[in-house]
Amino acid sequence: MRKKQKIVAALMLLVALHLAILLAGFIAPYNPATQNRDFPFVPPTRFHFADARGHFHLRPFIYQWTVRPEGFNEYEEARGREYPVQFFVRGPEYTIAGLVRSDVHLFGVEGPARIFLAGSDGFGRDQFSRIMYGGQISLAAGLLATGISLFLGLLVGCISGFYGSWIDESAMRLVELFLVLPWLYLLLAVRSFLPLHISPTQTFFLLVAVIGTIGWARPARLVRGIVLSAKGRKYVTASRGFGATDSYILRRHVLPHTYGVLLTQAALLVPQYIVAEVTLSFLGLGVSEPVSSWGNLLANLQQYNVLASYWWMFAPALALVIISLGYLKVANAIHERLQSDSI
Amino acid sequence: MKYLERRVIHGLLLLIGVSILCFALSAAAPGNFFDEMKLNPQISPSTVAGLRARYGFDQPLVWRYGHWVESVLRGEWGYSFAYNCPVRSLLLVRARNTLILTGLATLLAWLIAVPLGVWTANRRGRWDDRLSMASTSLLLSVPELVIALVLLYWAVRIHTLPVGGMASVDFGGLGVQAKLFDLALHLVVPVTTLVLASLPLLVRHIRASMIEVLQAPFVQAARAHGIGGARLLFRYALPAAANPLSSLLGLSVGALLSGSLLVEVITGWPGLGPLLLDAALARDIYVVVGAVMASTLFMIFGGILADILLVAVDPRVRLGKV
Repeated sequence: MRKKQKIVAALMLLVALHLAILLAGFIAPYNPATQNRDFPFVPPTRFHFADARGHFHLRPFIYQWTVRPEGFNEYEEARGREYPVQFFVRGPEYTIAGLVRSDVHLFGVEGPARIFLAGSDGFGRDQFSRIMYGGQISLAAGLLATGISLFLGLLVGCISGFYGSWIDESAMRLVELFLVLPWLYLLLAVRSFLPLHISPTQTFFLLVAVIGTIGWARPARLVRGIVLSAKGRKYVTASRGFGATDSYILRRHVLPHTYGVLLTQAALLVPQYIVAEVTLSFLGLGVSEPVSSWGNLLANLQQYNVLASYWWMFAPALALVIISLGYLKVANAIHERLQSDSI
Repeated sequence: MKYLERRVIHGLLLLIGVSILCFALSAAAPGNFFDEMKLNPQISPSTVAGLRARYGFDQPLVWRYGHWVESVLRGEWGYSFAYNCPVRSLLLVRARNTLILTGLATLLAWLIAVPLGVWTANRRGRWDDRLSMASTSLLLSVPELVIALVLLYWAVRIHTLPVGGMASVDFGGLGVQAKLFDLALHLVVPVTTLVLASLPLLVRHIRASMIEVLQAPFVQAARAHGIGGARLLFRYALPAAANPLSSLLGLSVGALLSGSLLVEVITGWPGLGPLLLDAALARDIYVVVGAVMASTLFMIFGGILADILLVAVDPRVRLGKV
């Protein structure tokens, strides 16, 4: 019972995170590309409940940041006017998943003040909005690449486990080759052979393809092991005796055994691949400006002054850690469940 | 030693496989160093064509591969277009620096992970085990990239640690001791990152295999004979748990190398990582192939080292009983 609760809790967290990122347009208060050149590197907005006169407000409010006269990129709160935080406000138009158009945002404040939950970047763009939209890129890359890896792994694993002989032999040698290479070296090597100057959309799909193709080896080996043990079962021999075809046996008697492993692998691979995308974009080999992804958001930190002075630029890292943690919990829970099932 | 010979031959075959894979991938790629050059209006098309011919890029892939193998045998490892010199001279220094970093990190990570894993296995379910499990599972979900950035931020804040590179500006004029100290200071951030990143997986694996061994009858027997505490754990139980751990050592070297690439780039450590990244951006393919080969070589050495250690530690393997 406790195990089940654990799975449910971890899954709920993940679903909530994914939903939030899918609904980025609604949750993010601003367009991720809108620049406010007057407000570079604004620190995260502070919420207040008590105003200057000492009155308590039930609805939190914020002050607008203004540039401190003598400082460089230093800000202080303009205490003159309070801007209450409002919910379901109208703002810039957005579309969700390319289908639903709207201009209602979860929260916001009246202009000219702007609410920067996670501060702003060097162009004065709202970091929180960029993290939400960037999450779409990073998550999509992770999920799609995982799909590719699992598909390739399942294909190769099934064929080599089921048909054996020289196919198996050569496929497993290839698996060994891919497993022995440090993945980041391989990733960079493959990326270096592919075109650099292409549009963001092309880069994205290229990235997904590269990351997905590189990780097929481990699932392939695991699937092969399961197929090997499954095809030796007596009921497989029996159904073959009844005249079942290869594809029927694979579908009916072999594939169902692989689902558990595939599920665990998926939960392990998705965060790895998100990190892979983040790493490549961080290194400048992935998704590039103006499109945001967690990787190129973090790439801001490669500049010494940003790293040293603007701690809120670490915010994308927090998002990354939370997502990874969620997937890890789910992977652990599935793993435990499978083990207790098999005993 | 028959076994070791087999491992070495296996490693060589792997290297050949990796090189073929690299060349096959490079052939599948649309474009190369010279295509980038063509975009430059200051270089005439005939010059580009001449360079192409000089480096054999007008020849089929197999010819190029053969040519490359020949140059490896000559000890040149191909020729870098961007640096205009044999790849070997680039690789050697960089590989040494990466080796310093990953070697030290591997050593430290294992020195911390083994006692921690053994201890928590023995204390299974108690508060210290729970604490260690909780912190490793948290650490497991923090990518190296983030660890490196946070540590770098910390180094910037405290002002006493150097923030990048491998040596201070005045490195050349220092004495031997001062040089070592300077190197050590520069190693703090990258090595700590790598240790923190590889620690959780190691601790968990060591703990798991120790728990298995601690349930074995011979441990009960040893306990009944009055052998307990550290002597039982480290002298008797740990060698029995070494077999799965030795393959873990090989794998951990691989993970460390990948992590090291990133950490090197972030902290400006002049290892294989920045070299590979620059080569990837400039499409300097022989440098890319060389760096990948060097990393594979490290992995293979890691695996062989793990096997040697296993033979030294586990008497069952030594006697050929497992």
